[in-house]
Amino acid sequence: MNGARLAAICGAVLFSHAALAEPDNYVEAARGKALITAGDCVACHTAPGGQSYAGGLALDTPFGAIMTPNLTPDPTTGLGNWTADDFYHAMHEGIGRDGQHLYPAFPYTAFTKVTRADSDAIFAYLRTLPAVVNAVDRNSLPFPFDIRAAMIGWNALFFTPGTFTPDPKRSDEFNRGAYLVEGLGHCGTCHTPMNAFGANKADVFLQANQIDNWIAPNITDDARLGLGAWSVEEIMQYLSTGQTANTVASGPMADVIVHSTSQMPQTDLHAIAVYLKQRGAAGSATPAVLAASDPHMQSGAAIYVDTCAACHTTSGAGIEHAFPRLAKDPAVQQDDPASLIRVVLAGTRAVATNAEPTALAMPSLGYRLTDAQVADVLTYVRNSWGNAAAAVAASDVAKLRTEVGGPVNAATP
Amino acid sequence: MSRRLPSKDVVIVGLGWTGSIMAYELAKTGLDVVAIERGPWRDTASDFNIGTAPDELRYAIRQDMFLRPKQESITMRNNLSQTALPIRKWGSFLPGNGVGGAGVHWNGQTWRFLPDDFRIRSHMTEKYGAAIMPENNLIQDWPVSYADLEPHYDRFERVAGISGKAGNINGKIIPGGNTWEGARSRDYPTPPLRQGYAQDLFTKAATDRGLHPFPRPSANLSTAYTNTYGCRMGPCTYCGFCEWFGCANYSKASPQTCVLPVLVREKTFEARTNCEVTKVNLATDGKTATGVMYVDEQGQEWEQPADLVLVCAFSLFNVRLLLLSGIGKPYDPNTGEGVVGKNYAYQTGTGSTAYFEDAKFNPFAAAGSLGVALDDFNSDNFDHGPLGFVGGASITCAYTNGRPISYHPTPPGTPTWGSAWKKAVKETYQRVTSVGAQGSVMSYRGNYLDLDPTYKDPLGRPLMRMTFDYKDNERKMSGFMADRCDEIAKAMGAKQTVVKKLVGPWSVVPYQTTHNTGGAIMGSDPKTSVLNRYLQSWDVSNVFVMGASAFPQNAGYNPTGTVGALTYWALDAIKTYLKAPGPLVQA
Repeated sequence: MNGARLAAICGAVLFSHAALAEPDNYVEAARGKALITAGDCVACHTAPGGQSYAGGLALDTPFGAIMTPNLTPDPTTGLGNWTADDFYHAMHEGIGRDGQHLYPAFPYTAFTKVTRADSDAIFAYLRTLPAVVNAVDRNSLPFPFDIRAAMIGWNALFFTPGTFTPDPKRSDEFNRGAYLVEGLGHCGTCHTPMNAFGANKADVFLQANQIDNWIAPNITDDARLGLGAWSVEEIMQYLSTGQTANTVASGPMADVIVHSTSQMPQTDLHAIAVYLKQRGAAGSATPAVLAASDPHMQSGAAIYVDTCAACHTTSGAGIEHAFPRLAKDPAVQQDDPASLIRVVLAGTRAVATNAEPTALAMPSLGYRLTDAQVADVLTYVRNSWGNAAAAVAASDVAKLRTEVGGPVNAATP
Repeated sequence: MSRRLPSKDVVIVGLGWTGSIMAYELAKTGLDVVAIERGPWRDTASDFNIGTAPDELRYAIRQDMFLRPKQESITMRNNLSQTALPIRKWGSFLPGNGVGGAGVHWNGQTWRFLPDDFRIRSHMTEKYGAAIMPENNLIQDWPVSYADLEPHYDRFERVAGISGKAGNINGKIIPGGNTWEGARSRDYPTPPLRQGYAQDLFTKAATDRGLHPFPRPSANLSTAYTNTYGCRMGPCTYCGFCEWFGCANYSKASPQTCVLPVLVREKTFEARTNCEVTKVNLATDGKTATGVMYVDEQGQEWEQPADLVLVCAFSLFNVRLLLLSGIGKPYDPNTGEGVVGKNYAYQTGTGSTAYFEDAKFNPFAAAGSLGVALDDFNSDNFDHGPLGFVGGASITCAYTNGRPISYHPTPPGTPTWGSAWKKAVKETYQRVTSVGAQGSVMSYRGNYLDLDPTYKDPLGRPLMRMTFDYKDNERKMSGFMADRCDEIAKAMGAKQTVVKKLVGPWSVVPYQTTHNTGGAIMGSDPKTSVLNRYLQSWDVSNVFVMGASAFPQNAGYNPTGTVGALTYWALDAIKTYLKAPGPLVQA
């Protein structure tokens, strides 16, 4: 870090609430903008309908809702009085300017890998934002989780601060991908299973996790459940445009693509893809395929032909760039069928990007399919055309129906 | 009290096919564009769920997506001696309502008019002498040729992904396509739909008779398609819920599938829905539009100033807006003077219903444009000399639907209710097909649109009055076509046929077709047309009027292909206009 530049930033902090970037800081701020895009910080730090980075989004956690803070340079409600040191402290150790521990809903467990230079660049960019007055209740968790000091114990168990160290045996590109995926991109926050304390389990990194009633699928190189059948180019295409020929992004990943990956340079997307393809394959053992004679399979087959086949086709092949392929698709075979259940019940919409402007929709079908029918058709989809996955229980559908809402068939028990 | 809004570069009245294409193409150049649409927003994802879109009761019977009489009605009469009365239910034609306009609920038949259609007066007079022209006709040559429009037909077909088979590529005739068509620069973007058994019978019968059948061009796409704007479409599933329905499969070309996905991403575009434009405002000189007035859902009146006004509503309502705004001189059928409302035309529909003994057709496996057609009796592809009429028709054997409420044909003599009727419905459903002729309608002195002297809409503005009837020329032409249809139907093997011809005065009650044309026609002379050849008002040069209202008379085809071509043709002219605003043609 250039001392003069740091002084300039501190000067901005101390003396200019207008918080305009110093002119000589433009390059640094522009670099910070690219980094903050890779980190998708705007996703959590913007309330619905609110100003970008002004915070106030309620993040649901198993422990209660956490309100995200205001990152704009407003001195009283934002980061106006923070220094680059304060900011790095938060990123690297999860400790706020006032010395209070931050909750790991702010993924400092990943951001700790971010270099000091990158942290400073992000901070420089944040200084260029218009200061927005937006007071956020930073203590919204109920007792006992409102005791932030408890994080000392949590950190002792689950957190080791440390900047990313490149693996000299791997390519620069792999290391760049690792830095983005493990660090700033914090992909594991959604894609890695959590333990009872809300910590990502390091030993099953990127092996699928349920979040907000969606499954963030396995993104290791596993052939059945992960990206094993994907090429590097397909991963890049997915991150850049929101779809490949055979699948589309929706749900929370749609937001990631809109705000983050579709705006990232192709070189970074290539690095991410190279890294993910070399992460190794890790998924659960392939379960036995249910027999077509199984009554649930027979019922599911009939529902599939009646309700799904017009778009997804009777062979499960789908239509390229329109209706996702279901045959041998990893998203269909995840151990946890939550995403499948919710899209059948409530529908969903593909992401729209400049490259792929048509955001095709999966209609909600919960209004006319009972829990048992949804379970059967998904059991059929998960065990046909080369797919193999556990059967879906009507009780799983019933549980999720209460979570995702949507109209209910009067015949539903 | 109206409230004035900040000025825009372009205001567009109506967000259907023409409005959305214009909005996207102009917003893309950086212009600030607002589209004002009197109906609601509609898109596939939120409005056309696959489970509820094919709801015949809601959409076809209760007309969910169409204009409501309480929003706007018209008065109607057959001739000048009658007093027009307002319609209480839209019937003979069903204008759309809301974003996408009629492009949401159309069948999707997407034709190019034939080269002779564009110079019909000159052509017919040169070939047959002036005597062939019908009494009191106002038939005019178009101010554009087929060659002028060819690249623009192509652009629209590429945006809509039309499925078909070319019959003439750069002069090379291709058997199996429409060999009568004007030379096209390349084939359709997607191959034709697959046809059914009835179409196979029709093809064989027609070919045996020396005719030239071909799969008709369709906006229900045969395959997945990515259009020139990058929008994705899926293949048609032949579900038979096209006309009067939104397509839930992304397989029918519409503003929703083909334009809106890119339009809504344009940062300088804004849509205001449920807002009705009441008037185009004119400067005191009467030669420049200053913007439009509109009324929002709460009844608040707004003035939206703009440098350029594009009138892109349904053809009938384009004409009414011009009349209400005082743009162009209203047509007076008594003196023959004036232009706005002149040359209103429509379409004929006649044919033969064919009952078979052994055949088993699948009318439910249908699409709005599924069908085999022939053009041997369209335009001047046949000798009109001995026939004594002008115009022609496309003849088609098609299945647009086999829907449960509306489609239950029975042979003549069947009781209209009870067990005998039910038995006949069951026995006939798969044993009937039809051969139909969709024919041209010429323009006449007594067929026109004007403002009604008596009846007003909820905002106090006069309703439009439609004065229309089929003339002898159309009755003769469409009767001739019905006989040709019947010959083919019999040759297909029908044991019984029922011929339908035009009988009695035109009625506004039963549904016929929403191909209303003319009233704000394009031409070469401001004394006989409202718009110049670039669809620019002769009188107010910053007003352009899109749509079938520009047709000087109607051809024997569905209008949308030509409406699309004219839109792109006008778009290029508007881009020229924007560099140096003013009349593009000197009067």
